[in-house]
Amino acid sequence: MPEMTLIEAVRQAMDEELARDDRVFVTGEDVGRRGGVFRATLGLFEKYGPGRIIDSPLAELSIVGIGVGAALYGLRPICEIQFADFIHPAFNQIVNEAAKMYYRSNGEWLVPLVIRAPYGGGISGGLYHSQSVEAFFAHVPGLKVVIPSNPRDAKGLLKSAVRDPNPVVFFEPKKGYRLIKGEVPEGEYTVPIGPANVSRPGRDLSVFAYGMMHYYCLKAAGTLAGEGIDVEVVDLRTLYPVDKAAILESVRKTGKALVVYEDNLTMGYGAEVAAILADEAFTSLDAPVKRLAAPDVPAVPFSHPFQEWFMPNPDKIAAAMRELAAY
Amino acid sequence: MDQAEHLTLYQQMVVIRRLEEKSAELYQQGKIGGFLHLYIGQEATGVGAVAARSPHDNVITAYRDHGIAVACGMEPKVILAEMLGKVTGCCKGKGGSMHLADKRLNFWGGHAIVGAHIPLATGLALANKFRGEDSVTLCFFGDGATNIGYFHEGLNLAAVWDLPIVFICENNQYGMGTSIERASAVPEMRQKAEAYGMPSARVDGMELLAVHEAAAAAIAHARAGQGPYFLEALTYRYRGHSMGDPERYRKQEEVRRWQSDDPIGKFEAVLLKRGISPDDLNAIEAQAEATIADAVRFAEESPFPPPEELWRDVYAEPEAEPQPA
Ligand SMILES: Cc1ncc(C[n+]2csc(CCOP(=O)(O)OP(=O)(O)O)c2C)c(N)n1
Ligand SMILES: [Mg+2]
Repeated sequence: MPEMTLIEAVRQAMDEELARDDRVFVTGEDVGRRGGVFRATLGLFEKYGPGRIIDSPLAELSIVGIGVGAALYGLRPICEIQFADFIHPAFNQIVNEAAKMYYRSNGEWLVPLVIRAPYGGGISGGLYHSQSVEAFFAHVPGLKVVIPSNPRDAKGLLKSAVRDPNPVVFFEPKKGYRLIKGEVPEGEYTVPIGPANVSRPGRDLSVFAYGMMHYYCLKAAGTLAGEGIDVEVVDLRTLYPVDKAAILESVRKTGKALVVYEDNLTMGYGAEVAAILADEAFTSLDAPVKRLAAPDVPAVPFSHPFQEWFMPNPDKIAAAMRELAAY
Repeated sequence: MDQAEHLTLYQQMVVIRRLEEKSAELYQQGKIGGFLHLYIGQEATGVGAVAARSPHDNVITAYRDHGIAVACGMEPKVILAEMLGKVTGCCKGKGGSMHLADKRLNFWGGHAIVGAHIPLATGLALANKFRGEDSVTLCFFGDGATNIGYFHEGLNLAAVWDLPIVFICENNQYGMGTSIERASAVPEMRQKAEAYGMPSARVDGMELLAVHEAAAAAIAHARAGQGPYFLEALTYRYRGHSMGDPERYRKQEEVRRWQSDDPIGKFEAVLLKRGISPDDLNAIEAQAEATIADAVRFAEESPFPPPEELWRDVYAEPEAEPQPA
């Protein structure tokens, strides 16, 4: 199997879907000749032309809005928002229009739309180029929210997202774009939206994560293996709809749960995982459910040490794992 | 403007140029992280327009903010310290290059979400009118920003409510890698102001005195209670959108053509023609170099912020805002 970076996998997924289905098109700021700020669409303009790789003006509301309209009319738009931080102008289009359309039309109007956005910190982007915004969208029935953690899943999940008849918000860990490499199957495959993945089976405690934090959790779990602590790592992959069964099954086995995310701690994704466990796995728990997340401050501040204090990392995760294992 | 004022503006442009060349170096050395958007080539726009304000007039801009910060009176050492993420920076390292700000200078900052500061500027102008003050707000933004809804709502409101604000579009002809023809339905940004019934002018943004004169007229219009004014300055950024931009969207000849129209070089020629001696200009040049060298030393020697700063300033305490008596 060929090895590639996460961003190459994203690009390949779009390339294959553009080739497979002529209703698919890509739009966003500088996605054409420039190939996107992170180069996710590099080469696609040359291959598919300006009719299908469409540079948009600086206008996020409309990038998503025209995506919704075109999807209603049967096209399969992939809308790129340059940074997740810039998705907010399009919030209404996503939450009010895309998410509610199928429901309000009694199942007549489909919105097969994909919105891709790089998210997360760790690249010194500062306050407005580092945000993790998944919790806002994972709160909205009608949307699917996906965050891949590795190239294989990124490609397979993005292809599923393009084929999905529903709006999918697809957040990509920008710090991992080139850092995270992995094998990707040759030939056609998809990864279904929905199921979580036990990426490392273990007995002593369960750790739930997605995206960049999942990558760090695997590293931390490797460190703990050397200390005789056997960590199970679960890659949530699809945040919404949530794979409750996978979460419950893991904790019924290990009795302990840690959720790791780089969004602000309070009201973040970990709260939902903790609630599911309190509700349906209470008698299996041998320890309080723990969350390791970013502090409740308004944004990731710029200065390098600030960013270090803000972000969970393999060392902090390993410490949280040890503490929970010792409980 | 008298000769002393001319020299001050020349000095500001030179300081900005040297500051940014130095910051590019520090970026390449890995001392500045993240994103760095240079203003080189656009100095006459910010310097010329800000020079026309009174100190109590508000200035607000986007993320390409180093030049306007200097024009507003921010010291280079405070700017460089912020770029390096040091506690002595204007935001104690929380903001970095894109978020320079100092309320004491009535400089309401750089803003990284494109266009989002335009309605804020309209709000500043509303507050001035509400309080019966004669302040004017100068709101800078790029050509790309005129394509987002924030811009249109901000302009319309300013016109409907006759607010004292001057919108200054620094048209450098590209929004990142997208040229205006590919992003804007009209070739001149001021045509968008016409849609809101707003008077406008288009000036050569490479000509310091032309920008200054046009801005002075626009500010006078707004201060006289005649409502908003739109000024478009045609300019060019010599460097990429930010550091590391491969610049595949434009030809090097185009960049060179604009470089030969350099705002600093042109103003230098004006000054020489008006009898300033080359020695005076060289002295300013040398002084700017020294200022920047000091600023670099200050920024590099300054400490990083302490951990507790991460948690500070999330919420204001009730006493932070005085209540009416
Ligand atoms: C809402 C939003 N969308 C996209 C971006 C990414 N972005 C930053 S600057 C820029 C181009 C802006 O161009 P312009 O307004 O002409 O300013 P210039 O960079 O030329 O000074 C883009 C697309 C952003 N920061 N905010
Ligand atoms: Mg521009």
